[in-house]
This record gives sequence, structure tokens and C-alpha cells, in this order.
Amino acid sequence: MSLYEQIGGDAAVNAAVDIFYRKVLRDDRINRFFTGVDMERQAAKQKAFLTMAFGGPNNYSGLDMRRGHAHLVAQGLNDSHFDAVVENLGATLKELNVPDSLIAQVAAIAETTRNDVLGK
Amino acid sequence: MTAIRYQDRTFDCAPGQTVLDCLTAGGVAVPSSCRAGVCQSCLMRAEEGEVPAAAQAGLKPTLAAQGYFLACSCRPQAPLTVALPDAERLRMAAEVVSIEPLNADIVAVKLKPSQQMAYRAGQFIRLYKDPAQSRCYSLASVPELDDHLEIHVRAVPGGQVSGWVHRELRAGDAVEIADSSGLCFYVDDRPEQPLLLLGTGSGLAPLYGIVRDALNQGHRGPVWLYHGSTGPQGLYRTGELAALAERHPDFHYVRCVSEGEAPAGFRPGTPLDAACADHPVLDGWRVFLCGHPELVRKGRMQAFLAGASMADIHADPFVPSGGLAAAA
Repeated sequence: MSLYEQIGGDAAVNAAVDIFYRKVLRDDRINRFFTGVDMERQAAKQKAFLTMAFGGPNNYSGLDMRRGHAHLVAQGLNDSHFDAVVENLGATLKELNVPDSLIAQVAAIAETTRNDVLGK
Repeated sequence: MTAIRYQDRTFDCAPGQTVLDCLTAGGVAVPSSCRAGVCQSCLMRAEEGEVPAAAQAGLKPTLAAQGYFLACSCRPQAPLTVALPDAERLRMAAEVVSIEPLNADIVAVKLKPSQQMAYRAGQFIRLYKDPAQSRCYSLASVPELDDHLEIHVRAVPGGQVSGWVHRELRAGDAVEIADSSGLCFYVDDRPEQPLLLLGTGSGLAPLYGIVRDALNQGHRGPVWLYHGSTGPQGLYRTGELAALAERHPDFHYVRCVSEGEAPAGFRPGTPLDAACADHPVLDGWRVFLCGHPELVRKGRMQAFLAGASMADIHADPFVPSGGLAAAA
């Protein structure tokens, strides 16, 4: 069984996206990067990100990640902000009673995008 | 092979093939991105035929109810006629039945379309002044309750279309409109759910329709409507709404004024201020936001942070012409 199936697939992503996005918007360390954008479009992007991090179907490329975050890097996006997002991701899964072993796998997938997201 | 009709062409969709792959292979430019049923870039609408449930997974109920689906996740079992969502909507003639003032700036225009038009209260139509100039107006009427389409038009200073409606248009005139669209309407899938409706100025139009639609369909949860303007004279349909609240104990109508002292029976501040004070927690609520773009933007954020699910927050999708200040 894949990681995506173990977490609960599309239903788990749908359950997680509101919780995750709300945590991010409430987090004063990072919410300035998320305000002023269309919320619905942003939520669809969050969903795509969560699907990818849960090991689900996606065709994210490193280049997409770089392009999609370049304007945020220019605004000062750095490792501490990336860490905060991963922390919110872990807290979201914890709230949904996902076992720690699976949360660690999700965090590891998210980690693979760090250099592309931060334009390193 | 399953037949997919798009515009005037027919494409053969192989077993297991998606509508997106089928149309793309046939040379149709369908926008797409993730190809995994996530990003919703490939949103299309089925005009005829049954869409598999998997192709509507994750869509808002309002979208699914209108036959929208994701082309990348749609492996059709039966023939489909499909369209892109932004395809030019059908235009039709309509007769102006009446024009009545609602307050100093806003008139109610009733229209009788030349052909049957299926719509939901809260959707919008496009009204053409001439082929080059048109504006979108939300529908305050409910198909099951009202004989005619009803829109509320505010006289925007310098507004080309609204000026024409206020100064020149008369009952009996023939006009052109485009078929209804938009996703800001009531769906009766959860009749116990609390509803919160916030609007300013002529943003009441869709809310007036949605409230009456919901109550008419037997909505059982509490319904709260907050209508605001700068002063009491900016509010309208107050008698009708108060009477509706008398008949439906679970319907609550709150009038708000944002400038000067609030007279008895009015709440000071914006509808968003009043609603947030009354309902700090919105877990499980459905929220409708219409009117001033800044109210809609702030309201969407605050409703979400207060616990409303993103899929349960609906807003008027277009900015009224005339700019932010004029929209107040």
C-alpha cells in the first residue's frame, strides 16, 4: 500500500487542506506570504501541494517550484519559513490522527522540495 | 468507443481514456496542469450526458450541480456533450416588464426572457446596452416564486449601462441578455446547516434571492442576513425582509449602517463587523458574500479563519463596474 493510500488518499487531502491553510494563515511567522492572493486559487494550490507531499499523483517539477516561489524568495522567503510550513503540515496530520511514522514520511517528501522552493 | 461532442465536432473516446486526453489528441486546446484531478485547471461543463462521479470529486456542490467536471479525471461511460466554462453564453432577447425604485440610487428591473431560462437565485445575467457595452447583474428572483427575472441596478456615477437603465430604459422595451451563470447560489444538500449572508448596497439582490430560495426549499437551519449601507436610507426591501423574518422564526434580518449614529433597529458598523460579533465561530456554516469588493475579500478571509470550510464560502465573482469607492 502506498503512503498516499495509507494516509487516506483524496479524502485525506480534502480533510487536510482547510486545516492546513487555516493554520498557515493564522501563523504570524509566514502568513504575510499568503495574504493578498485569491483564496480559492491559493486553496487549490495547497491541495496540489498536500497531494504531492502525501505521495499522491502529481506532476510537480523542480522548475515549477522555482518559478512559483521566486517572487516570495524576493520578499525574503527563507529556511525558517519553510520550516514553519512543514511544522504546520505535521500539526495538521497530527490533528487528523495520522500516525507519526507516516507524518515523518510526508515531512521527508516535503523536504525534497526545499532547495527548489527557496531557489537555492 | 464513447462519443464526446465539443462545439460541432465529435471525438471518439477510447475505453479508459480521459475527456482531456481525447480532446487534446483531437486538437482542442483544453487548459490543464496537474492532470491528477487536483488543480481544477481543466474544468469543463457537461451540457448533455452523465458524468462519472469520480470526475466531480473535490468540486464545490454548486459546480457539480451545474454539470461541471474535471476533464482529466473523466473517463466517460456514455456519450457526453461538453463545453469549456468560459465559452460564449447564449444571448437572448428579453422584455422589460417594470422598473421600480428601491431607494434613491437603486432600481429593481424585472425582465421577461424570450425563451425559457433555467437559473438559480444568486446567479447573474449579463445585460447589454448595445453589442459593445454590457454589465453583469445578480438575480434577486427565485424561479419557483417569481414570474420574472429581477435585477437591482444602482446608478453608478458616470456608469454607462446603469445610467442608461436609470435614465432611458422603460417598461415594454426590448433588451438583450446573456444566460445566467455563476456559482453563488443555494444548494439544498444540508438543510440543517446554518447560513450567513452578508451584503452591502445592491449586493442585497443575490442574497434576497438566496434567502427566499433556501426558505422556500425548506431549509431548517438558522439563516442570518446582514445588509449594510452608509446610512439607513441606503437599505431597501426592509419591510419584505422583516415580514419574512416574522413568518420564519429561524430567519434573522440585521440592518447595519456604517456612518453616523445608528438609529434604533440598526446596528453600527459594516455587516461584517456585526456578523463577526454575533457569530465568532463559523464551523460548519455556509457563507454568502456580496457587494463591496473589500467586504467580500475581508469576509472570505474572516469566515475561513472563524472555521467555515473553503468549499462553503460563496461570493459574487465579479467586481461591480465603477470601482471600489463607487461600489460602497
